[in-house]
Amino acid sequence: MRLEPVADAGWARTLGLPAVALGGTVLIAMALSLVAGSNPFAVLGLIVKGAVGSKFALLETLNRATPLIFTGLAVAVAFRAKLWNIGAEAQLYMGALLVVVLGTGLLPLPSALLIPILMGTAIVGGAMLLLGPAWLKTRLGVDEVVTTLLLNFVMILFVSLLLEGPMKDPMGMGWPKSERLLAEARLPRIVDGLRLHWGFGLALICALLVWVMQTRTTLGYEIRAVGLNRRAASFAGIPVTGVVIKTALISGGLAGLAGFSEVAGLKGSLTLDLSPGFGYTGIIVAMLALLNPLGVVVSALFVAGIFVGADSMSRAAAVPTYIADILLASALLLMVLAIMLTRFRVVRG
Amino acid sequence: MEILDILLSASFWAAAVRIASPLIFATLGELICERAGVLNLGIEGIMVVGAFAGWMAVYSGADLWTGVAVAMGAGMLFGLLHAILSVPFGLSQHVVGLGITLLATASTYFAYRVSLPEVTNPPRIEAFKELPIPIVSDIPIVGPALFAQTPLTYLAFVAAAVVAFVLYRTPLGLALRAVGENPHSVEAQGLSVTGLRMGAVIVGSGLMAVGGAFLTMSAFNSFFFEMVNGRGWICIALVVFGAWKPGKAVLGALLFAAFDALQIRLQQTSLGADIPYQIFLMMPYLLSILALVVMSRRAEVPAALMVPFNRGER
Amino acid sequence: MPSGGEARAVLRLRNITKRFGPLTANDAITFDLREGEVIALLGENGAGKTTLMNILFGHYMADAGEIEAFGHILPPGNPRAALEAGVGMVHQHFTLADNLSVLENIILGTEPLWRLGSGRAAARARIEQLSRDFGLAVHSDAKAGTLSVGERQRVEILKALYRDARVLILDEPTAVLTPQETDDLFATLRKAVARGLSIIFISHKMHEVLAISSRVLVLRHGRLVGEVATAETDRHQLAHMMVGSEIRAPEVGGAAPGRVLLRLRDVSTVPVGNAVGLRSLSLDLRAGQITGLAGVSGNGQTALADLIAGEIVPAAGAMEIGGREAKGWTPKAALEAGIGRIPEDRHRTGTVADFSLAENAVLEAYEKAPFSRRGWFDWQAVDRHTRSIIERYDVRCPGPDARIRLLSGGNMQKLILGRVLEAEPAIILAVQPVRGLDIGAVTYVQNRLIEAREAGAAVLLISEDLDEILTLADVIHVISEGRLSPAFARGSKSPAELGVWMAGQGFEEGGHAA
Repeated sequence: MRLEPVADAGWARTLGLPAVALGGTVLIAMALSLVAGSNPFAVLGLIVKGAVGSKFALLETLNRATPLIFTGLAVAVAFRAKLWNIGAEAQLYMGALLVVVLGTGLLPLPSALLIPILMGTAIVGGAMLLLGPAWLKTRLGVDEVVTTLLLNFVMILFVSLLLEGPMKDPMGMGWPKSERLLAEARLPRIVDGLRLHWGFGLALICALLVWVMQTRTTLGYEIRAVGLNRRAASFAGIPVTGVVIKTALISGGLAGLAGFSEVAGLKGSLTLDLSPGFGYTGIIVAMLALLNPLGVVVSALFVAGIFVGADSMSRAAAVPTYIADILLASALLLMVLAIMLTRFRVVRG
Repeated sequence: MEILDILLSASFWAAAVRIASPLIFATLGELICERAGVLNLGIEGIMVVGAFAGWMAVYSGADLWTGVAVAMGAGMLFGLLHAILSVPFGLSQHVVGLGITLLATASTYFAYRVSLPEVTNPPRIEAFKELPIPIVSDIPIVGPALFAQTPLTYLAFVAAAVVAFVLYRTPLGLALRAVGENPHSVEAQGLSVTGLRMGAVIVGSGLMAVGGAFLTMSAFNSFFFEMVNGRGWICIALVVFGAWKPGKAVLGALLFAAFDALQIRLQQTSLGADIPYQIFLMMPYLLSILALVVMSRRAEVPAALMVPFNRGER
Repeated sequence: MPSGGEARAVLRLRNITKRFGPLTANDAITFDLREGEVIALLGENGAGKTTLMNILFGHYMADAGEIEAFGHILPPGNPRAALEAGVGMVHQHFTLADNLSVLENIILGTEPLWRLGSGRAAARARIEQLSRDFGLAVHSDAKAGTLSVGERQRVEILKALYRDARVLILDEPTAVLTPQETDDLFATLRKAVARGLSIIFISHKMHEVLAISSRVLVLRHGRLVGEVATAETDRHQLAHMMVGSEIRAPEVGGAAPGRVLLRLRDVSTVPVGNAVGLRSLSLDLRAGQITGLAGVSGNGQTALADLIAGEIVPAAGAMEIGGREAKGWTPKAALEAGIGRIPEDRHRTGTVADFSLAENAVLEAYEKAPFSRRGWFDWQAVDRHTRSIIERYDVRCPGPDARIRLLSGGNMQKLILGRVLEAEPAIILAVQPVRGLDIGAVTYVQNRLIEAREAGAAVLLISEDLDEILTLADVIHVISEGRLSPAFARGSKSPAELGVWMAGQGFEEGGHAA
């Protein structure tokens, strides 16, 4: 077989194939339910109900989507430049760590000052953590996939070290947990009484800003050029190294913000289970959104819905909650295949 | 000197070789894939699958070698999926590999929960036992280190020799080395680029899974979540460190394992008591990064690594 | 050579048809190849020659038609079957694995894959025998990556002979050779024919076709438009058949060279990998003059082009532009110094395939007004600029927002030409500017370069096609192993004399030309 470019895909192909991919994911969900001995339609119903079936469920989904928007944006920005940042998990923890360091009493400031400072610090922290791998990539050609992946493990151990040592909360009853943030460091809720904090609003603003950056500014143009054809970009005088470094700073900063938002908006303190893999899931979010920053919002909501729905479902049916990860991995693989097939057709020979 | 005592103890070297064994399998598997031009980031998840499948088979009553075969088969299945997506369809090897890792890991955990819903403590199995080889195992230090290991460890070294032999001494190996360098050279000589690459990814994934199975069948004797714990990513670094050559990769794995065994022992010394254990646990990952940096300038990367091949296209 | 046309047919092609989307690359092509003859397949770029041979060899499947080799139908899309039937192909882009030795490249795929061990001693003896018999000197144990272009081609031919090929297909084999190497190749081919091999020789150079073939087939727009015995035809008739009209060489008036705009003094560069670096090279580019750089590929052309384009810096020596020393030399600095660059590889270096025409049109000027201000794009200004290039440079395309990957090579090159010339460069670096283009685009690009010269630009034309250099250049340098010959005025040297320089003779030791 051979792949031949399709000059003009037409909207049936452009929309139909991704729809087939999503349909395939649903079929996989049903098959897995059968394997686990449950009624597939009931399981699907429980997932949907658990994700959007009540005000509580919906808010839970929005809260879960918030960090995913940040990490999804972090990945989307980096992948555009073909900078394979698989380390959003570590960058998230770095952001959260710095927020906790500064926000638990070190800076006794009013909210209006403290929150922007914490935000800025989280951005810088995340950015710095990706700077190393990006520098090694541009200078020495060291593959950033492996370095960022390995740094995730290092970072989690580092946080564990701090939480069991110097940063351990004396009131934590022995759990590795940091002290709580000052009240002034906490993000307010968007609507009084509803469990949804301003981190979500911040995520939406970031998605919009990234979109504007990518479509309207020369930096966005440079990032796209470097990602699509590094050789041509360099020949045309685009400073490739500088662009990759800038991309790394933006990407790491966005992932750092995820840590800020989780700690200052939701949890109030740092624990080792702050992120159940938001950094890795961000990759799926970004890929499902085809790296489009506005699409990231939609896909983060979708992914969060699957997680929240599956959690809720697994309490009612005998299907393990890991079904969510299987579904997302399948959706990812089917979707990249579908997108490729909108641009190429398979011919014999 | 405590360090010197450690380095001169037979148990240290035996531990190093034991720690190296799963890495050798998985590194060889990755090496085969990359030699053929495919970066297999599914390695981490495929090791999880292998660890679970081998253990589950034995737990369900199969004998140990059947367990190894089952692990290998399960790994090859995910390898097949990776191969289909990344070779004929030419999808991004980064995305496919990470997707496979997620899919394999999640499927394993799902299967574990479905098959053992009520279990809180994972059951243990009767695993491979040490099989000292007569006479040579009595040599001081070298004997216990190399010749008093489990059969799976011996198999790891046999596998390395076989991979090296095939790669450098047979027509198949010649074709593999060519297809990762310039697939057009293979196509023009009447061989199938797709076939060679898919075969390499499938076989390589099988070896990765055996590496995973080593953990449950020859080291921990049980399966628990996150037991692979980044070993797959470390193996990718080891392939680079070994400059895509089986012999050097095995040496790299042994060197790496020696450091790992050393840090475990250092934790128990008076020096180690003052240092948080997390610092020791970080060492393997930091060492891997260091290995990548050190080798970055010298490595002879297969020229067509990560470049998909589409017939008739230049 | 068997006399007359009655020798048995070794290959029969019947109604071969191949479409790529809307384009018909091969339209019902039928011909026979007889034992011991050399047929030339002549046609301009894009006529469908390579596609036809790729079908014959099994890289592609035809949509219709069949191929018979030695009386048996060849299964389509199967290079292995073609090889086993005795058909060997020397590809235009060589197909060697650089990490393997010559021997390994030759035996690759000739032994059963599952055999334990391989018969290298016998293979080595056989390769040495073949290389003596056919005059193909190579070193069996050399790594393919270290070979020169000529050596690589010899290995490619040996690959086919080693498999006992009875039919040899050579796709544009002379494009990368010196005139002398071409003579050597022809000698080898004559030896092969004397042993009863049959040859299909693909070319767009008429004098070579006339020199080697016994029969000429002419392809145009995918159709077989003519078949003549070589003895009964001439350049004129072939050219007419090939293009469908008279080929008119571009008219180059007398040059009025002005002052030196770019000067290199004893410049050396660091060789990258197997590539050749410059060795103490001096060169002047004058306003209003086309300077041609001839040479066999891989002799330092890339280094010189990269240097002038701003991609590398001199390791030693001085580089002056407009009388001032080039400092902080980068692609951007080169652009700001007024150098317009037409890169060798328009697909990989000159354009971003998945960018639109508009995005490609401002690739070198996106940071400047009116296209952007303080980092913010003005897409309307970009659109206007692109439309003006499309119109003034006759770029056939769906519009400024179409992806450039959909364009033909000629239209892509016109867009690059527009991008470069609209910036009104004082110096133009044109590397292989017409390679792979059809006659219409070739003439267009060449005429634009001549116009730029007339307008006072200093043009450096780097090409492996000696004919192109001889047609366009006012002065000619030859580059060999990173050294530069003296400047030869137009018409002062014959192709054969230049070929001697291209082969590396005539250079003084130490780098300076005699």
